Amino acid sequence: MNKILRNEARAGYLFVAPQLVGYLIFVLGPIIAVFVFSFHDRNLLTGANIFVGLANYRRMLQLDPLFYKTIWNTLVFTAGLVPLGVVLALVLALVSYERFRGVQVFRTIIFAPVVTSAVAWAIVWRFLLQGQQGAINQMLAVVGISGPDWLRDPSTAMLSVIVSRVVKNAGLNVVIFLAAISNLPEEIFEAARIDGANDRQLFFRVKVPMLMPTILMVTILVTIGSLKVFDHIMLMTQGGPEHSTMVLVYYIYHQGFRFFNTGYASTLAVVLFIISLLLALTQWSVRKRVYHFEE
Amino acid sequence: MHTNGQYRQQALPSFSSRASGAKHNGARIFSRIVLYGVLALLALPFLYPFWWMVMSSFKPNAEIFESLRLLPRRFYLGNFVDVFRFQPFARHYFNSFYIAVTSTALTILLCSLSGYAFARLRFRGSNLLFVTLLSALMMPAEVTIIPTYFLMSSLGFIDTHIPLIFVPVFGMQGAVVTFLMRQYFITVPLSLTEAPRIDGLGEFGIFVRIMMPLARSVTSAAVILTFLNNWNLFLEPLIFIHDLRLFTLPLSLNNFTDPYGLPVWNLQLTATALAAVPILIVYVVFQRQIENAMVFSALKG
Repeated sequence: MNKILRNEARAGYLFVAPQLVGYLIFVLGPIIAVFVFSFHDRNLLTGANIFVGLANYRRMLQLDPLFYKTIWNTLVFTAGLVPLGVVLALVLALVSYERFRGVQVFRTIIFAPVVTSAVAWAIVWRFLLQGQQGAINQMLAVVGISGPDWLRDPSTAMLSVIVSRVVKNAGLNVVIFLAAISNLPEEIFEAARIDGANDRQLFFRVKVPMLMPTILMVTILVTIGSLKVFDHIMLMTQGGPEHSTMVLVYYIYHQGFRFFNTGYASTLAVVLFIISLLLALTQWSVRKRVYHFEE
Repeated sequence: MHTNGQYRQQALPSFSSRASGAKHNGARIFSRIVLYGVLALLALPFLYPFWWMVMSSFKPNAEIFESLRLLPRRFYLGNFVDVFRFQPFARHYFNSFYIAVTSTALTILLCSLSGYAFARLRFRGSNLLFVTLLSALMMPAEVTIIPTYFLMSSLGFIDTHIPLIFVPVFGMQGAVVTFLMRQYFITVPLSLTEAPRIDGLGEFGIFVRIMMPLARSVTSAAVILTFLNNWNLFLEPLIFIHDLRLFTLPLSLNNFTDPYGLPVWNLQLTATALAAVPILIVYVVFQRQIENAMVFSALKG
């Protein structure tokens, strides 16, 4: 018996080993390294590598106004993306739950951007959002609205990126909501109807509260997803105009690979690491406590 | 999808066979019109970009900003020749394809092995190791990209496809697959593996001969997710690849620019259409599997 267990354990370690070794080299190693780098003045171009203690952190917190702007922009991006994304997905899910001819086509269209690469999607949106000659502005001109130069105007660039992102990923959340809606017990709606609830009451007093756990889960998913916006920023605005779309993930690239300040960029990456960790912990505790999704 | 006659027949009786009379019919038709109006409005932002992407690929550059024309003046095909002349686009396409296929194969192999071990084999520390490997799920690539760059640079792997194939295997892409496979293997009844084990089949034999053939559907979901993830990578090739011949599709799409760095729109949009449309076709064919796979990974990711 003991021998069997020992064999089993040996097989276990052997089977896990390849992924584990790769994890140590490509994930854990770099995470440790990024902390080490953050205490160094490194430069990709000159090859400089000097230990500077907390100097990068002091620079970040005291000398770099762009860091605070970046954090602010990241918050604005998330604060815009989350409510828009959740509400749009919920509306689309409720609409496409109805039975009507062509509902399948409708769902397919909604999900299509999810499988499209972010690069392709961002390129097309940049095209649509060109100044006066862009398709969106020409469409607006027909109804007498003179649209701004969306991506070159600091007051609209962020909004443009947010909207393109919301549309790109809405389909995913629609499918999550649809699964949750179809799991709702019909009897409760029947009961509510018999008790005299009208459509609006049924929706706001019964359906929405019952979907609350899913709404919470999707909210967290969209929040975490809001960090993954590098492709859109890189292709649509490159952090501009006037740094109005400079968000943390892009600022790391900007400092590290445009200005070659890989030491300082590592300090910024540490901040991103901490934010990701906090979000992941939130997600795990919420999932454990409130909601368990099974396909 | 279901826009065929059969569906139409199902919809019709509700108009005619209702006892409520003409007034009710009118209200019903009106509500249908409102419904479809709302639907069209809601679908617009999703459909509109695809429409422009495809239609612009049939327009010469001079016509590209005649934005009120829903259709090109005539279907110009020159772009489809020029994208291949502008830069080695076919090669970029091939690069993306073979990198995604190789990386996917490697991911499935390594991660189903460890997924199986975590599900079925008892060994000390297995839970801790599992949680550790899964922590890769929450790590944006931007956190580790700088040390990874130095690592690859010191190994001489800059301007090779090696980082694009190997790095994602152990990041988010691999962690999702490990999780997916483990969740499936847990559900396989123990009785299926006990008899062969008594007959002397080793753990690897059980994994290859019994478990993997059972796991066909979960494996195909994992393949879809992994392939798409790798196919769409942008930051990694941007950092690791500078040689034009080694570009992948996302880099290539971003590279249809004039000497001032401004996009050559007709070519860029044509290339984008050529890159996106095959994936969309695959999606329409395997819609359910792809949606389920993506939702699964989103919820666990």
